[in-house]
Amino acid sequence: MIKNLEDTLQTIQSIPLEHYIWFSTALFIVGVIGVLTRRNAIIILMSVELMLNAVNLLLAAFSVHHGDPSGQVFVFFIMAVAAAEVAVGLAIIVMIYRNTGSVDIDIMNKLKW
Amino acid sequence: MLTQSLFYFLSFLAIFSALAVIIAKNPVHSVLYLILTFFAITGHYILLNAQFLAIVNMIVYAGAIMVLFLFVLMLLNLNAETEPQKPAYIKIAGVVSGGLLLLVLVGALKTVDVSGAGGTTATDMGLVENLGMVLFNEFLLPFELASVLLLTAMVGAVLIGRREA
Repeated sequence: MIKNLEDTLQTIQSIPLEHYIWFSTALFIVGVIGVLTRRNAIIILMSVELMLNAVNLLLAAFSVHHGDPSGQVFVFFIMAVAAAEVAVGLAIIVMIYRNTGSVDIDIMNKLKW
Repeated sequence: MLTQSLFYFLSFLAIFSALAVIIAKNPVHSVLYLILTFFAITGHYILLNAQFLAIVNMIVYAGAIMVLFLFVLMLLNLNAETEPQKPAYIKIAGVVSGGLLLLVLVGALKTVDVSGAGGTTATDMGLVENLGMVLFNEFLLPFELASVLLLTAMVGAVLIGRREA
């Protein structure tokens, strides 16, 4: 009886998994809209980071709710890959800026210059 | 009760600063708002008691990656005047497409039943000690391969970024 009461209390106090799903969905959509509406390549890269973070948070929330640490380890790997992605992506953007004098992605629609 | 109000505060902070990232004209402001978003997400990790992820998120994202972005922005000397703008109809089309994707996702996720997962309980699973045990037992090979990936990325970035000799 007391155990049951404690469980109920815990469930009331904690945040339902649905809220994390809605929040992550909203954050992901903001990232998608950023990619679709901006022309600055650096801001597009930042929007991709937003989407990655939304997915990371949802993975961590599912991991905690299921009591399985593998999800959090996976988030750690995603962060490592994201760091590598940003380093290479920014290097490419710097190179493009050096060659064209702009970071506008609409200039780079021919794949050569 | 405090946990819930903290959750809503952090969620709104994260979403509003994320919106500010894609709305702000000046790219430097975008980066600063993105740092705010990452701090809010770090707060979410702390609420989930995923302390290792909270620290890693703060050090790797808010620390390393955002400094990289700021450095590149200031190196290229980008500001609101040089910012390329898409025509209004493409912006509207982008927002409408994003809204439709949101509609699809909400419609799909409304039917999802997550009641089997149980509520968030204060486990000490997200501590460095427990995650380290999992990382170095089950995920030892991926962990070592991640170091190769980072080395490859570093070599690639240096090779791409250097001036043509």
